[in-house]
Amino acid sequence: MAITAASGTSSSRATFDRFKWPVGYVVVILFLFFLYHSILPSLVRSVSAPVIAWLPVATINECLMWAILALGLNVVVGYAGLLDLGYVAYWALGGYTAGWLMAFPFNWEWDFHLFSPVKVTLPGTHINFWLVCIAAGVLCALLGIIIGAPTLRLRGDYLALVTLGFGEVITQFFRNSNNIAGANVANGDPGISSIDPAGTGPLGAAGIAPKLLTNSAVGNVWKILVLGLLVGICIFVSLRIREGRLGRSWLAIREDELAASMMGVPLVRTKLLAYAVGAFFGGIGGVANASLITTAVSPSGFDFGKSVLVLLMVVLGGMGNVWGVTVGAFLLSWLNSNGLKQIGVQIDSWFGTDLQATLPRYNYIILGLLLVLMMLFRREGLIPESRTRALLKTPSRTEAESLGAESLEAEAETEAIENADPEEDAKIAASAAAMAGSGAPGLDAPRREEQ
Amino acid sequence: MATAALVAGGTQRKAKVRLGPLVERILGYVVLALVVVWVVANVVADPDRFLGSALVGLQNGMLYALVALGYTMVYGIIELINFAHGDLFMLATIVAASLLVSVLGVGNLTATSILPLLLALVVCMAFGALVNMGSEFFAYRKLRSAPKLAPLMTAVGLSFVFRGIAQQDYINGSAQKNWPVVWGGPAIEGVFVYKLLMVLAVTLPLLIGMTYIVSRTKMGKAMRAVAQDQDGARLMGINVNGTISFTFGLGGALAGAAGVLYFLCQTQTYYDTGTQLGLIAFTAAVLGGIGNLTGAVVGGLAIGFIQALNEGGAYGLGSNWSQSVVFLILIVLMVFKPEGIFGRPTTEKV
Repeated sequence: MAITAASGTSSSRATFDRFKWPVGYVVVILFLFFLYHSILPSLVRSVSAPVIAWLPVATINECLMWAILALGLNVVVGYAGLLDLGYVAYWALGGYTAGWLMAFPFNWEWDFHLFSPVKVTLPGTHINFWLVCIAAGVLCALLGIIIGAPTLRLRGDYLALVTLGFGEVITQFFRNSNNIAGANVANGDPGISSIDPAGTGPLGAAGIAPKLLTNSAVGNVWKILVLGLLVGICIFVSLRIREGRLGRSWLAIREDELAASMMGVPLVRTKLLAYAVGAFFGGIGGVANASLITTAVSPSGFDFGKSVLVLLMVVLGGMGNVWGVTVGAFLLSWLNSNGLKQIGVQIDSWFGTDLQATLPRYNYIILGLLLVLMMLFRREGLIPESRTRALLKTPSRTEAESLGAESLEAEAETEAIENADPEEDAKIAASAAAMAGSGAPGLDAPRREEQ
Repeated sequence: MATAALVAGGTQRKAKVRLGPLVERILGYVVLALVVVWVVANVVADPDRFLGSALVGLQNGMLYALVALGYTMVYGIIELINFAHGDLFMLATIVAASLLVSVLGVGNLTATSILPLLLALVVCMAFGALVNMGSEFFAYRKLRSAPKLAPLMTAVGLSFVFRGIAQQDYINGSAQKNWPVVWGGPAIEGVFVYKLLMVLAVTLPLLIGMTYIVSRTKMGKAMRAVAQDQDGARLMGINVNGTISFTFGLGGALAGAAGVLYFLCQTQTYYDTGTQLGLIAFTAAVLGGIGNLTGAVVGGLAIGFIQALNEGGAYGLGSNWSQSVVFLILIVLMVFKPEGIFGRPTTEKV
């Protein structure tokens, strides 16, 4: 009796734990939505103005969009430990998928509408936002596998370089895309503009929400829900996949590839899946960006800097930790879009300086320094994952360590050698003897037996 | 029992994988043959343009070799891909430009420009060496025992910082900046002879000096020892930190020299040059076999030649695709021959 009761409470506890984060997440998103939808407009200006200045709706939408990308890169870098410096490729392809499937035509004649909220009379291909999200995700997953396949046998640093190369090639492809063997594939440098906004379906028909989520004040508020839903899906998938067989295989590969393969983890398939899943998220992020944030795609937006920005979000937040990554994405995209400027405004008002315009121009330097400082002083990120902490804190195995000595001991030793003086030398000799002593039985025992 | 099963499994696996390398080798030769056919077709179709491209290739290839040496030396000694190296080179082009044009007033290049050129070389080499040694001292040194991802990301961060510095309006701005430097004199197929001579006159002594330092001097010996085994070198009384710092300095100095030459060849500066050229140079280093000094030079020349032929040859994709072509080489290389032309068996690390 007692046992069943105990298990009953623990299982209800488990159910509660399972629903804890989705409920919390929904509450946060709904709070943000109602904050901008009804609370702020009804407050007095002196209260609402600072909130709107520090955190405009457009910035929240951008933050959510970047969170999708950061979660995607987290699968590749954080879970599977494959350093990807060309993540912008998926973002670009996702954006261009939106450009191809939900925009005015730039080179073709046909009109095609599929559950699209825009007027039926509009020329060009117009497909529903959610369908395009799926299409872009699938397309990007394929690209991810194509990019991943030749890089599978490479070690960390080479891998980073090749992915970086692919990122540049994809951007160059889109830059030259007005003339690919004579065909205009994606309109080259000007890109594709005026991409359809997402529709609101029944909510729009009922008159609660605007029919189209354009870049208007009302539209931006409702976009919080759409983007929040996308981010929620990404978080859910990230968390669930990590618990499963695939996620644990990724972690195993990240921590020790050789050991993982010896334990029966299929390296090729697992790594390719990491690329595919990460790219899927990237594609969704691309569509969200093209349709909801910029309403246009052009190659100039997809530079190497963006790849590093996403990587920085992952590193800053804490590689492998979904919540850390989300926080990192929010923090950095806020700094990048509005935060630096607002900090400048604030400092200006305190000290009478003129930083408002200049501070945002230093964003690259600030972000780069942030990355360096993070690596030097807090490698595991703001909200570290327990496993990553262990991984990034332990120094690599030295030879002394493999002989049985503690690595710290070995390090102290080498330091002592560098500032050598006779007394220290004697100590080192003693410790070396101790080391040899500890290593000796294992190594020498068989030899003695032979004699 | 258990061991027997393990061994059986092992051999089975081996037999299964065997077919891969054969197919791979054949495919590799096919790719190589295609490249050769492409080069020959270019020669046959338009020998004059081929000559011009070859000269441009030589000129650029020497610059790539200088930058590639910086990558390959650092990789050889601490196995780090120094992503910031290309951006260091880019900063050097800006320093060279401001020094030569703004301070020394070089415009029309004549015989009297040799003195300012030498001065710029010295300044930029010192600049490159100092910046590289500084970043080693402040960042990479503390990460030497850390997992590999950490120094790599630090390098990416530094490259970001360098780009950000160059993007400031009072440094170079975010647009391409053209400088009023004019080349004259005889030209072969559009390639200024003096330009080519200048590049050769600077790079060849530098390369010979480099080889001398690494293979003949005590410091070079120390570098090779550290590359082979840091702990062992330390036990032999080698100052490991100093040696690594020296290697960074040497690489930075070469990047500085390459910066001066690149600026004089292109007469423009751009904050993104570093990423583009750095990647090309890295590809060159990988092509020759990373960690191998001769390989870096040969790789640089090969990449410069292929790129020039792609841009100027009869059958090329044009300069719009030049990055893509270089990366295609890199990717194909990674797939078929990751150890580069001068493969690992004969590689002398540093």
